[in-house]
Amino acid sequence: MERDPRVCVIGEDVGHYGGSYKVTKDLAGKYGDLRVLDTPIAENSFTGMAIGAAMTGLRPIVEGMNMGFLLLAFNQISNNCGMLHYTSGGQFKIPVVIRGPGGVGRQLGAEHSQRLESYFQSIPGIQMVACSTPYNAKGLMKAAIRSDNPVILFEHVLLYNLKERIPDEEYVLNLEEAEMVRPGEHVTILTYSRMRYHVMQAAKTLVNKGYDPEVIDIRSLKPFDLYTIGNSVKKTHRVLIVEECMRTGGIGASLTAAITENFHDYLDAQIVCLSSQDVPTPYAGTLEEWTVVQPTQIVTAVQQLCR
Amino acid sequence: MALTRRSSNLLKSLTTINPTTRLFSTSSDSSITIETSVPFTGHKIDPPSRSVTTSSSELMTFFTDMSQMRRMEIAADSLYKAKLIRGFCHLYDGQEAVAVGMEAAITRKDNIITAYRDHCLYLGRGGTLLETFAELMGRKDGCSKGKGGSMHFYKKENGFYGGHGIVGAQVPLGCGLAFAQKYSKEDNVSFALYGDGAANQGQLFEALNMAALWDLPAILVCENNHYGMGTAEWRAAKSPAYYKRGDYVPGLKVDGMDALAVKQACKFAKEHALKNGPIILEMDTYRYHGHSMSDPGSTYRTRDEITGVRQERDPIERIRKLLLSHDIATEKELKDIEKEIRKEVDQAIAAAKESPMPDPSELFTNVYVKGYGVEAFGADRKEVRTVLP
Repeated sequence: MERDPRVCVIGEDVGHYGGSYKVTKDLAGKYGDLRVLDTPIAENSFTGMAIGAAMTGLRPIVEGMNMGFLLLAFNQISNNCGMLHYTSGGQFKIPVVIRGPGGVGRQLGAEHSQRLESYFQSIPGIQMVACSTPYNAKGLMKAAIRSDNPVILFEHVLLYNLKERIPDEEYVLNLEEAEMVRPGEHVTILTYSRMRYHVMQAAKTLVNKGYDPEVIDIRSLKPFDLYTIGNSVKKTHRVLIVEECMRTGGIGASLTAAITENFHDYLDAQIVCLSSQDVPTPYAGTLEEWTVVQPTQIVTAVQQLCR
Repeated sequence: MALTRRSSNLLKSLTTINPTTRLFSTSSDSSITIETSVPFTGHKIDPPSRSVTTSSSELMTFFTDMSQMRRMEIAADSLYKAKLIRGFCHLYDGQEAVAVGMEAAITRKDNIITAYRDHCLYLGRGGTLLETFAELMGRKDGCSKGKGGSMHFYKKENGFYGGHGIVGAQVPLGCGLAFAQKYSKEDNVSFALYGDGAANQGQLFEALNMAALWDLPAILVCENNHYGMGTAEWRAAKSPAYYKRGDYVPGLKVDGMDALAVKQACKFAKEHALKNGPIILEMDTYRYHGHSMSDPGSTYRTRDEITGVRQERDPIERIRKLLLSHDIATEKELKDIEKEIRKEVDQAIAAAKESPMPDPSELFTNVYVKGYGVEAFGADRKEVRTVLP
C-alpha cells in the first residue's frame, strides 16, 4: 500500500476494527478511511464496487470476513471479475485480490467452515493461490497485489497465529509456483494450506517407519504447477493428494485428472486422494475431526500406496 | 382489459412545444430556450427549471445522432432475422433520447455503465457503426474483437464501461467507478443505468447505501420503459415510483422521450453528485421492440399502445418538429440527412460483413493479462499444451 497509491482495501470491519483476524490492523490509521474502507454488510455490492474501481485502474483488495460470505458475491466474481477482460476484448484489466479466511476452524459450524476453492476453480480468468506459512503468505500477497489478473488468495482460519522468521528485505513469490517442502524418494504428497501441517506431522511418523515422502505444497490452485509436480512424479512414481476440500469436484479431483492426463506413464500406482468428507462440517469436536483428513490417515494411505 | 389498464399513463406526457423565446439571428448557431414537455418531479430535492437552453446546432446533432441510432437498431433487427446476429439482441429504439440527452450534458471523462441494451449508448460514447455491426456479427473488427457480443460493448478511453448481461450487476460496478473517481479526486461523475426490472434487485440498494454513505459521485439512472421483459411495472413493483425508491437519496423524474429534458436533468444531476453525493434519475421512456429479438413484444401489451406512444411521444419526431418550427432546417434537409444516415449504416453493414471471423487463437487471448503467461504443459516441458497469453 505504501508503494502504490492505487492499492486500497475494501471489506467489512477492515478499518477501525482492524480486521476480524487482525490482518489489516493499524492500516486505517495510517492510510485513511478511504483507502481502508469499512463497508456495510453487502458482499455482492462491495465486491462489484471493487471490480468497478479496478476497471478504472485502482487495485483493490477485497476481504471476505469469512470466505463463505463470498458466495453472496459469486455473480460478481464469476461474471464480472473473471470475464470482463475477455468480453471487452482486452480493454479492461481487473487487478483485484479477493482474500479471506476459509477452511475448517475449531467448531465454527457448517456455514463458517467452508472451502470455496472447489466452487471457484472453474471460473475462467481468475487465478487462485493458497498460502500456508507466514513466509509464503507475505510473498503471495505481494505477488497477488502486483498481478494484473484477478487473484483469489485463500487463507486459513487456524493459521493466523503462526509465527515465523521472515526476511527483512522485500521478496515476492511466484503466483504459479509450487513449494518443495521436503524432498524425498518414495512418494509424492501434494497438499496445500492447513493440510501441509498434518502432512508434515505424518511425515515425521513415516520417516520413523522408514519411508521417504516428498512433500510439495502446491500453493497455486489455478493453474497447477505441473512442472514441479511432474518432476516429482517422474522421480517417485506414486502420488498422494491430501486436501481439506470436499471429495466431490474438489481441487484434488482436478489435480488427479491433470496428473493422470499428463503423467500416466510415470505412475506405478493409482493416485490416492484424501479429502474432507462430503458433509456439512458438524459442530461437535469429534465429528469435526473426522470430517477433515488426520495425520494417521495420511500415514495409513502412504503405507498402502508404497506396498 | 387488464393489459391496457395502465397504458393510458404512457401517453400522459404529450408533446407540447412552447418556445418561450426565439432569437432571430443570422448566425447559424442561435441560442434557443425551450420548455420541456412536462415539468420535473423531485423527491427530496428542488427540481431544475423546465426551460432548457439549447442551440440550433445542438438540436441538429440530436436529430442526426438519434436518427443514426434508430437506423442502426432497425438494421440490427433485419440482420438478426437474417441470422447474421445470433443469441441475444436487445434493441433500444424509442429510448434514444436518453442516450443523446445524457451525452449532451456530460464529458467523455464522466463514466457511463449500463446493462445489455447498450448499442446506442456505445454509439453515443464515440463508437463507430462498423465496430457495432462487426461486434454484433461476431467479427474481428468488433469493439470487443467479436468475443463479447451484443451485451458486451465497451469503450474504455471514452468512459463507456459496458455492456453487462446479468441484470443489476452493473450498478455496484457503477458505484465502484464513482468510488475510483472520488479516490483519485477527479471532478467527474459516473452514471449507472438500469431498467425498471433491475430496480427491484437487492444489490442496487446495497450499492446506493454505500454511495450515499461515502458521498460518491454516482448517478443512478432508471430507464423505466415500463416492462421488465414481459412483466409490466405494476406487476413487479409495489411502488413503481422508482425515483422515490432511494428514500434518503434525492430523486428526479424525467420525461425520457424528451432529449432536452434528459439533458437538463443530467446536467443538474452532475452538479448535485459532485457536491452532495448520489442522486437517482428516473427516465420515463418506452421501447418499441420487444425485450429482445426473441420477444415479439405484443403478448403483454397492445399494438395500439405501441403506435400510440410512437405517434405522441417519439423522440425523433419531437426534435424534428422543433427544428421545423424554429426554421433551423427544412423538411427536405431533414429527409436528406436521414437518407445519408441510411447509406452510412448500409455501408457500415457491408464493411462489417467483409470483416473476418476472429482467428482461432483468439479463443485463448485475453483470458489473463499478457505478461503473466500461464502454461499448461507436460513434466518435461517438451509438449506445450496451450499458452494463455
